[in-house]
Amino acid sequence: MSDLTVTLLRYGFLLLIWILVLSVVSALRRDLVVGLRNRTGSPTAREARKHPELVEEPPAKAQARRLIVTEGPLKGTALDLASSPILLGRAQEATLVLEDDYASGRHARLFPQGSRWFIEDLGSTNGTYLAGNQLTRALPVEPGVPVRIGKTVIELRP
Amino acid sequence: MSEVLTVPKSRRNVEALLLVVALTVAIGANWLVGLDKENPFDSAFWLQGGTLAALALIFHILLRFRAKYADPVILPIVIALNGIGLAMIYRLDLALPADAQPVAPSQFLWTTVAMGASIATLLVIRDHRMLRRFTYISLIVSAVLLMLPLTPLGVEINGARIWINVGVGTFQPGEVAKITLAIFFAGYLSTNRDLILLAGKKLGPLQLPRFRDLAPMVAAWLVSIGVLIFQRDLGSSILFFGLFMAMIYVATSRVSWVLIGLAMIAVGGYAALQLFSHVALRIDSWINAFEPEVFNRNPGGSGQVVQGLFGLANGGLVGTGLGQGRPDLVTYANSDMIITALGEELGLIGLFAIVLLYILLISRGFRAALGTRDGFGKLLACGLSFTIALQCFVVIGGVTRLIPLTGLTTPFMSAGGSSLLANWIIVALLLLISETARRPAVKGPVRETFSEGKQNRNTPATDPTREVTA
Repeated sequence: MSDLTVTLLRYGFLLLIWILVLSVVSALRRDLVVGLRNRTGSPTAREARKHPELVEEPPAKAQARRLIVTEGPLKGTALDLASSPILLGRAQEATLVLEDDYASGRHARLFPQGSRWFIEDLGSTNGTYLAGNQLTRALPVEPGVPVRIGKTVIELRP
Repeated sequence: MSEVLTVPKSRRNVEALLLVVALTVAIGANWLVGLDKENPFDSAFWLQGGTLAALALIFHILLRFRAKYADPVILPIVIALNGIGLAMIYRLDLALPADAQPVAPSQFLWTTVAMGASIATLLVIRDHRMLRRFTYISLIVSAVLLMLPLTPLGVEINGARIWINVGVGTFQPGEVAKITLAIFFAGYLSTNRDLILLAGKKLGPLQLPRFRDLAPMVAAWLVSIGVLIFQRDLGSSILFFGLFMAMIYVATSRVSWVLIGLAMIAVGGYAALQLFSHVALRIDSWINAFEPEVFNRNPGGSGQVVQGLFGLANGGLVGTGLGQGRPDLVTYANSDMIITALGEELGLIGLFAIVLLYILLISRGFRAALGTRDGFGKLLACGLSFTIALQCFVVIGGVTRLIPLTGLTTPFMSAGGSSLLANWIIVALLLLISETARRPAVKGPVRETFSEGKQNRNTPATDPTREVTA
């Protein structure tokens, strides 16, 4: 093989490594935008069909805007409800970390659907009680109705 | 411990595209190396390229099913680095005398084993949080792994007793120990973080830890010193202690811990300098590298480092071209000094691209740590990426005479199966953590109903240590 070809291949390889580096960097470009702005833009119909979990539900026109702890160790704690689900439990990853010996790690989950908030039990040991009745499936929570988890009672408020 | 929102897109197609480029780099490097041979396209070349591509494809398809939202750039970067390393080891084999044992076939075999282990890790560990259950078991496993070379199984090579004989070859248990130690530190620190943070006296701007909270730090220090004394391996001892210091700093963000750690390193380093001749020789051959008597001294001379520097100088900006230089003149060119071998043949431009690939890989590890929500995952991703970062710094700093040369492996590149295996398992763990970091939160009910009999169906994995007392 001639010297010219070898030299060209040499430089070609250096170019190729840098193409890899630059294409990796450009693949990461989207990731450099941190915060809420990279959430904007709704998925197209095709993307929504391929990734059903991407479809954002319309923001809940929930009358309930706040979550208040009315009884238990965290009494008085208030949490503003956004449009994202809320995990209740003792695990560190929970949205509201309950310091309650009778609550499970991942005890229950509050989530918005349509214009209402629903609560579901995540298989807790001691159960979740909505207005005194133990939950067996996800049920809507109306503002002012007490939800009991262990020794903690929470309510949604407008 | 901050939280950053991520884009909920799977981006596996981006990964496929980048994998094609990465495989072109890996196979292209191998082809350029063999260009001077009469028959560059022999069966070994096709076998190697084909196997690498096939394994990358299997890995990619597995990610599509198992970890759809995993980071798309980690796998292509690692494939490229591993491929460049394989090509350079093969190139150094070609320069060997005819009767010498070639290194490339065993390194290639180890690559397939390591990728297989990585795939198996992805299959077995579906969620990195389950590793938290093994916090104290990993401590015991680390201790056993670090002790193994001191048992009759151990073999001593070049003065360091860090290998064990496993029949078919030698294995370096310390490489796997760095993963188990990272799991232990992550589990321990994520559980006891608040205690360590809040207790203790304040001294000016520094919050000093309580004495009993210092115990794990002292233990980590003793392990590092033990490795240094009994196995005479400076590199691993720096790696283990650096890992612990980085993780405790990430967990507590207290400068006082770093200052205490640095003081302990200074004490340990001074003692080592006084007690062990090989540490003193290392320092001497670092400072006075170009003195003729230091250059020619054997053992403990600076010949290896200086030869490497000559190689880098010979390469210059664009390098001599793969297969055109003389990196084989440096001793251990395919393990400790592979960076100078690459610097000679690819030049400063090529070496910078390789260093950038490492930086991108490490930054993706830290990005996964920022994105994931659980403290254990954050600490584990930080610790694992930091080991790769520290290894790169110690090796590249050592061969370019920024710091004294210590025997650590260049991740994914150096000849050595245990290092390759450990680093590929680290890749699998980082991919899993990045998957939990990037996966969008579940909307709507997790499950529809649950009756008495099927109570445990779809139950999310709960942490057994936080179970209910009632």
